[in-house]
Amino acid sequence: MHIVDRRLNPSGKNLANRQRFMRRAKAQIRKAVHESSGSRSIRDADEGGEVVLPAQGVHEPSFHRSATGGIRDHLLPGNKEYIAGDTIPRPQGGGGGGGSEGSPDGEGEDDFRFALSRDEFIDLFLEDLELPDLAKRKVVNAEAVSWHRAGYSVSGSPANLALNRTVRNSLSRRIALRRPKPEELEDLRARIAALADDPEKAEDRQRLEEELERKLRRTGLIPYIDPIDVRYKRFDALPKPVAQAVMFCLMDVSGSMTEHMKDLAKRFYVLLYIFLKRRYKNVDVVFIRHTHQAQEVDEDTFFNSPETGGTVVSTALEEMQRVVEERYNPDAWNIYAAQASDGDNTASDNDKAASLLTDVILPVCQYYAYLEVGRDSEHFPPGFIRRDSDLWQTYSAIIKAGAPMAMRKVGHRRDIYPVFRELFAKKTGAEAVPA
Amino acid sequence: MSSTLIRNDGLLFEGADWEFSTIQRCHDAIEAIGVGEMGLCVYPNQIEVIGTEQMLDAYSSIGMPLFYKHWSFGKHFARNEALYRAGMQGLAYEIVINSNPCISYIMEENTAVMQTLVIAHAAFGHNHFFKNNYLFKQWTDADGILDYLEFARDYVMQCEERYGEAAVERLLDSAHALMNQGVHRYPRRRATDLRMEEKRERERRIHDEQVFNDLWRTVPGKGNARPDPTIEERRRALLQLPQENLLYFLEKTAPRLAPWQRELLRIVRMIAQYFYPQSQTKVMNEGCATYCHYRIMNRLHETGQINDGAMVEFLRSHTNVVFQPDFKDPRYSGLNPYAIGFAMMQDIERICTAPTAEDEQWFPDIAGNRDPMATLRECWANYRDESFVLQYLSPRLIRQFGLFHVVDDANEPHLRVEAIHDERGYRKIRKALAKQYDIAWTAADIQVVDVDLIGDRKLILHHRALNRILLDEKDARMVLQHLADLWGYDVLMKEIDPGTDAVLKEHSASPRAGIVQGDSP
Repeated sequence: MHIVDRRLNPSGKNLANRQRFMRRAKAQIRKAVHESSGSRSIRDADEGGEVVLPAQGVHEPSFHRSATGGIRDHLLPGNKEYIAGDTIPRPQGGGGGGGSEGSPDGEGEDDFRFALSRDEFIDLFLEDLELPDLAKRKVVNAEAVSWHRAGYSVSGSPANLALNRTVRNSLSRRIALRRPKPEELEDLRARIAALADDPEKAEDRQRLEEELERKLRRTGLIPYIDPIDVRYKRFDALPKPVAQAVMFCLMDVSGSMTEHMKDLAKRFYVLLYIFLKRRYKNVDVVFIRHTHQAQEVDEDTFFNSPETGGTVVSTALEEMQRVVEERYNPDAWNIYAAQASDGDNTASDNDKAASLLTDVILPVCQYYAYLEVGRDSEHFPPGFIRRDSDLWQTYSAIIKAGAPMAMRKVGHRRDIYPVFRELFAKKTGAEAVPA
Repeated sequence: MSSTLIRNDGLLFEGADWEFSTIQRCHDAIEAIGVGEMGLCVYPNQIEVIGTEQMLDAYSSIGMPLFYKHWSFGKHFARNEALYRAGMQGLAYEIVINSNPCISYIMEENTAVMQTLVIAHAAFGHNHFFKNNYLFKQWTDADGILDYLEFARDYVMQCEERYGEAAVERLLDSAHALMNQGVHRYPRRRATDLRMEEKRERERRIHDEQVFNDLWRTVPGKGNARPDPTIEERRRALLQLPQENLLYFLEKTAPRLAPWQRELLRIVRMIAQYFYPQSQTKVMNEGCATYCHYRIMNRLHETGQINDGAMVEFLRSHTNVVFQPDFKDPRYSGLNPYAIGFAMMQDIERICTAPTAEDEQWFPDIAGNRDPMATLRECWANYRDESFVLQYLSPRLIRQFGLFHVVDDANEPHLRVEAIHDERGYRKIRKALAKQYDIAWTAADIQVVDVDLIGDRKLILHHRALNRILLDEKDARMVLQHLADLWGYDVLMKEIDPGTDAVLKEHSASPRAGIVQGDSP
């Protein structure tokens, strides 16, 4: 008998099959991933996890007999009450005669659930998207410097001596200056020694000794390695780009924002958060809600606690300005902001909001997205011209001036993802003009 | 881990921990009982210790150690993994492969008792059954299976390189859909060798000479009024029609498949054929293995090689395995093959050693023959589930399980109890239960009946709907589509009532572009 310990065998033997399966079910998995994003909180939205696929998509069919109809025999254990000839009312639903036999492959037609890893999840989530190429590349401090090889230099520390390069230079110089090789000298010495006892060849010997003398002198004059040969590996310090971002979620929570609208906004924020997380190691999220006054709150309060009051957008922008000044130095942070609102604003505030946005907020932001959430039931008959909201009009004017800003309207949750994709699709949209 | 390798108290191990020497000791002790006392005849054993992920791996490739790559295995892996992680499904303690040497996978998490049980169950019980049962002998090649799987894996990989993953995947999808219809159910005629051929020819000539009568030559001919009907039959015979092995038929006859595609069909077919005996011997195979481990563990305990604690642990998992809930129990999910199999094996042992008057009447040939092991070995070698139940299910067991037979006719308003465990019912129940294990009754009977290779090449299949049970329509359409893709022309399936030959239903499918290319032969 042999005992083989297979535990140390490389794991992941089934990875190839898994990838094939993922590819096969890609469309469905993608859909499942997008649906599942709604039910997660912002911060753990990118943790990967279980998704549920409808069974028929990855179904493997086979010829088998159907579960109903015809004449069937059932053999059941545990008879305590029946005798031959008894009749039993047909059980409703489920297999006949209590012999629920399940489907032939033993799997049933349930939905197919399985777990995605974090990377698989995110990959599917953010396929083909790209941040507008605005990332800041400023050095935060001296520690954030990385060293890269950058050719050779003639000076440096001995530790960085580039041996190959140095010897190569030395070799070519020695060849060019015709420095005698050690073998040549050896050869000469041997010939002189051979002639040493022969007085008749004294002349020859004399000549050879002179030649040797000359060559030795030359060897002495031309060094094996000259300082001009020496090369050192050169390193350049490259400042590391800023690898942190902060995301401001601004939302109008006044009475006119319904739960439905908040849900839409949340979905958008989730997407944005995941997306930023992909690009930056550190992503901070700041939640600012506003009515006629604004306030920084935590996530839970942001989405769930009701608030009443008027709507003054500029308060939120002011709050954001305060937070930025306090904690997020624009030189060190990539700042993204997403504002969600139903478009209402106190008429007198529009100008103030516009100027705040253009003069204060946009200059420090990488990207500013405005999402106007509408009611799902808002349908307008064709030909009916819908009046744009106050904010929409205000922001349109700003965008026309070429600010790094984008805005979209969303009425239904199914629109969220397309709109998000539209905003971040690989080609930067016309509205999102790079700064 | 125990520090002493050889214990002086005769115990194989103590406590839950084990090491490789423990496994070796257990194996040797079990071998002494299994081969020495019970007369088992087994392939050499190879025991492989694996972890959880590897067990999941093995699950998804139908237990085989190496397999070609296909998305469906990834699907099974993902599913099992999710179930396992969620705690909804435990993993098997072992997997055993019908190969020579016989490979048993045992899990590293098992306790020492479980490892002993698993070795007794798989490495001796199943192993003996694989080596001796006539179905396995007839249909599987234990010596060659691992090499064949390796060939299959490499061949599929080469095809993927040459023809692209997508093309191979499509073909395998279609082949997998037909896998259940990819087995020969009856041994085929072997190709005759020259000597046989000569002998037959000689006999034929002698026969011709004996019946020769010159008068026949003078009988006026009928003329060529109508075509010879034998041409039609000849054509069908050449195509080996009717043919129930659809994959074989496609491999040999499909007009537009490339050679590599035929080879892939063959691979799927060979693997299906390899697993064909397993589906027909579930009760016997598990019964044999369970009986062996039960007997061996008891002997180990009797001879003081395992202690009482280990025995209790063993009995606990043993009773879980052979538990048969009643039909009203919420845990009921069909008859447990372990329970039936084990009970029948024990019953045979009882009939051999302590028969009752009833047994004498029902089993005159084995009752009281005092040699249960020889009787059992003979059963294990020469029966499959259907014939085994038909032969050996005793009235006593029918009473013990309280088996009853219910007939569910869709045309009747009620279900009818046909037979129960009484004098009039024993034989009916035995017959009905045997039928449940008969693959001819449980699997759909689908055959290629005709194809007009000269005309439109439409493939015609019949499903003989036993008991008027039709095919599951949604799946049938999908599979038929796969079949049409492989065949390359239209396919028509008729579902036929075998009693009246009436057509109950028809499905048809036309090929989609993709599998067969324009490069037809």
